[in-house]
Amino acid sequence: MRIFLKKLGFFLCITLAAIFSLAPFLLFVSSAFKTQTQVTAIPPQWLPAGSLEFFHSAIARHGILQYLMNSTIVAGTATLVTISLGTLTGYALARLPRRLAQMILMGILACAMFPQIAIAGPIWRFLRFMGWLNTYQGLILPYAALTLPLAVWILSLFFREMPEELESAARVDGCTRLGALMRVILPLSAPGVFTAAILSFIYAWNEFFLALLIMTDPLKQTMPVGIALFQGEHTIPWGEIAAASFITTAPLVLMVLLFQRRIVTGLSAGAIKG
Amino acid sequence: MTRKDQSFFLTLLVPVILVLLLFIAAPIGQSIFLSFHRIIIGLPQLKTPFVGLDNYQQLLTDPVARHSFWITIIFVATTTFFELLIGLFLALMIHHHFPGRGALRACVLIPWAIPTVVAAQMWRFLLNDAYGMVNYAVFGSETSHYIPWLAQPATALVAIIIADIWKTSSFAALLILAGLQVIPEEIYQAAKVDGAVVWRRFWHITWPLIRPALLVALLFRTIDAFRVFDIAFVMTQGGPADATNVLQLYGYKKMFVEGWMGYGSTLSVCIFIMVLGLAIIYVRMVGRRLLEASV
Amino acid sequence: MASLRLKGISKRFGDVVALSQVDLYVEEGEFCVLLGPSGCGKSTLLQIVAGLTPQDEGSVLVDGQPVDQLTPRDRDVAMVFQSYALYPHMTVAQNLGFGLRMRGMTKNTIKKRVSEMASLLGIQDLLNRRPKELSGGQRQRVAMGRALVRRPKLFLLDEPLSNLDARLRVNVRLELKKLHEQIQGTILYVTHDQVEAMTLGDKVVVMKEGRGCQIDPPETIYERPADTFVATFIGSPAMNLFKGKLAQSKGHLIFFNKNFSLNVVNVPSHLEGADVEMGIRPEDIRVDHGREKTLGAKVEMISYVGAEKYIHARIGTTSLTLRAAREAFFQAGEMISLVIDPSKLHIFQKGKRVG
Repeated sequence: MRIFLKKLGFFLCITLAAIFSLAPFLLFVSSAFKTQTQVTAIPPQWLPAGSLEFFHSAIARHGILQYLMNSTIVAGTATLVTISLGTLTGYALARLPRRLAQMILMGILACAMFPQIAIAGPIWRFLRFMGWLNTYQGLILPYAALTLPLAVWILSLFFREMPEELESAARVDGCTRLGALMRVILPLSAPGVFTAAILSFIYAWNEFFLALLIMTDPLKQTMPVGIALFQGEHTIPWGEIAAASFITTAPLVLMVLLFQRRIVTGLSAGAIKG
Repeated sequence: MTRKDQSFFLTLLVPVILVLLLFIAAPIGQSIFLSFHRIIIGLPQLKTPFVGLDNYQQLLTDPVARHSFWITIIFVATTTFFELLIGLFLALMIHHHFPGRGALRACVLIPWAIPTVVAAQMWRFLLNDAYGMVNYAVFGSETSHYIPWLAQPATALVAIIIADIWKTSSFAALLILAGLQVIPEEIYQAAKVDGAVVWRRFWHITWPLIRPALLVALLFRTIDAFRVFDIAFVMTQGGPADATNVLQLYGYKKMFVEGWMGYGSTLSVCIFIMVLGLAIIYVRMVGRRLLEASV
Repeated sequence: MASLRLKGISKRFGDVVALSQVDLYVEEGEFCVLLGPSGCGKSTLLQIVAGLTPQDEGSVLVDGQPVDQLTPRDRDVAMVFQSYALYPHMTVAQNLGFGLRMRGMTKNTIKKRVSEMASLLGIQDLLNRRPKELSGGQRQRVAMGRALVRRPKLFLLDEPLSNLDARLRVNVRLELKKLHEQIQGTILYVTHDQVEAMTLGDKVVVMKEGRGCQIDPPETIYERPADTFVATFIGSPAMNLFKGKLAQSKGHLIFFNKNFSLNVVNVPSHLEGADVEMGIRPEDIRVDHGREKTLGAKVEMISYVGAEKYIHARIGTTSLTLRAAREAFFQAGEMISLVIDPSKLHIFQKGKRVG
């Protein structure tokens, strides 16, 4: 009897947790598939009618697809830059003497702690000076800088787990240090790189502050900016906002479903060893 | 490790160090520099004179800034407390092995994964005063009783706090989960054999051993909470009547909406110093605790 | 102290059968060792007795009463884990007293018992230290102390010596034996080390792949192994095992294979013609020159282990190992004569002992 009550209690807690996490999101995003009258109805109509009118309107009148393209280009490129640089750095930090590596890592991590506004002004001025406002590179480069600390941290932990014997074996076989890195280490680094890439991409995809600042041209704006600044003629266009939100979160939800184990390991590994 | 090896590795670090210097360190330095000047964007003919500590003096007497500071403190304290609490709850559940654990984990990750602006719009929708589902849940169909959450100062702050708690509890959960996963299962078995029941196992074993992870979570969350922007921008734009005018939002308005880059930089520098101070305090505390409780 | 009976315990993990119909009776005050290679299910059995894992079938009875529905707390057993599982954030004194605290004893009683136990185990100077400051041997004592201080009905020990270095292991083993004589506790002890099993156990359970192959006192296990697994698992160097057949010759049974033949005794005559395996322990083979009725063997290799020598020899295509005194002198390639006492032979058919 006692065991049954325990299990029941636990099951209730799980349900509560799942509802807490999912319900608000589902309630909102399901509006994307409702009809206009359904969205603002009281009492609420839980089940959407399955209408795609908001998607049409969002694409046609609010330029969602443009935002989507911009986000993809910016987040994708920034992620590539980050993991290219971050992998080498993470590897180097894993092999340098511990004390030195820790200090450097602390310095790198500290860069992630600063309030965006402290760097926003000067970066904006710099980009204006270079003529890079409202360009892709104007956002990609700062994003790389913002995602590097986390990526480097994760990758350094990953490479630390990799035994040095592998490189030693390669070098005994005749590789230089660089050669060992290229031929042996990098091919094996796929899991760690993948995790770092996912986390960096999610961060870059969701970033808002700098995107708001740097991209003022609607043709160049990313999804978060688009969603935040959604304007309707008379009322708030919830349906379209929900549709846009659906489009922007769909890849993320997919990533979470497919890669949750990686994501959890990546984030929590940092926490204990940090 | 030979000299040659070390220089090889250090060379690998150069690109990243450069990027970070260029886009983070240098800007911060520049912010500090700019904070001593009077700059108005959009009026270049006024030049940018050096005004020493004038901006800082202005900051000290700026009532909006002071209000903003307190609003932010309240926000930080409340969200951090609840997020750690809920995060602990979630972490304990995810840590347990049960069928469907993966599904729960995925559910919990979703608030973390979606853009903050989407979460903000979502809560804006749910807290709407005419058709928001939160109002419906509390008051049923009597729309006349509905609370205009985002139009009243007190409830507006509560609203953004709720939104942040929903969004970030899962991140806190993940950090705490890390701490839970380090505790060897055998210790719980020994405790069971020693006669400890569930809540006693939590109090005597789990709680002392996850304290380091809790502190790490506290550190990250507090620092992040100070930087809140997206939620306030989307949900309330800082209003009504500056009730949710958190520090970074105020700084953004001053710097990029009104164009006061010098003063805005001053604000930025102050926020930066506060966050830095917090980080230092925490690192001191966490460092000591980590040494004490290491397994 | 209590008696322990296991009836038909079975446990499966997915497709893997961990335990299969295990029956065992441990008397009050008896030291019973579960011996077997890794994966044979011995640790799982211990966990089931403790109540940490539920069994799929069967029943656990303590003092004749079934305890299957009871939590570990209510079963009043104490356990020493292989990794000691000391509470890392508590001092030694707190570790020792934890179980007593959980059962609601007063602070004074706890203090008294803890200091008594600490003196008994020689760790009274360590009471205020944390586990990470202790050596392996010290941690092991604290783990033992934590179990002893509770004076439970049963002691369960899961390979408690395997993390100690070899010399320490021998010392602690002796102390354990002495301790058992002192407190007369009912002990269920798990190990893969046969020396521990033979020296400590009143009764040994040899396990393989989830079942008990033989349950007997150590001498019986050694002198009369029930099957070929037990025969080769116990004893170092391992028992020599030869395949062959039984046949009638001059009125009695002999064992023969293509390389040699031997008289056998104590084997039921109806097994004539059967395929069997014959076992003989290395120490039961003697080198004897000049007597008739010997077996000729060629020395292949000599292993010198200090206190004695192992001779690896060959009769035709059959290899065998025998023991020799350390002064004895042999050369590789030399032909030697071996004498085997038929009463020391072990005959197994289809793995099981028949003589």
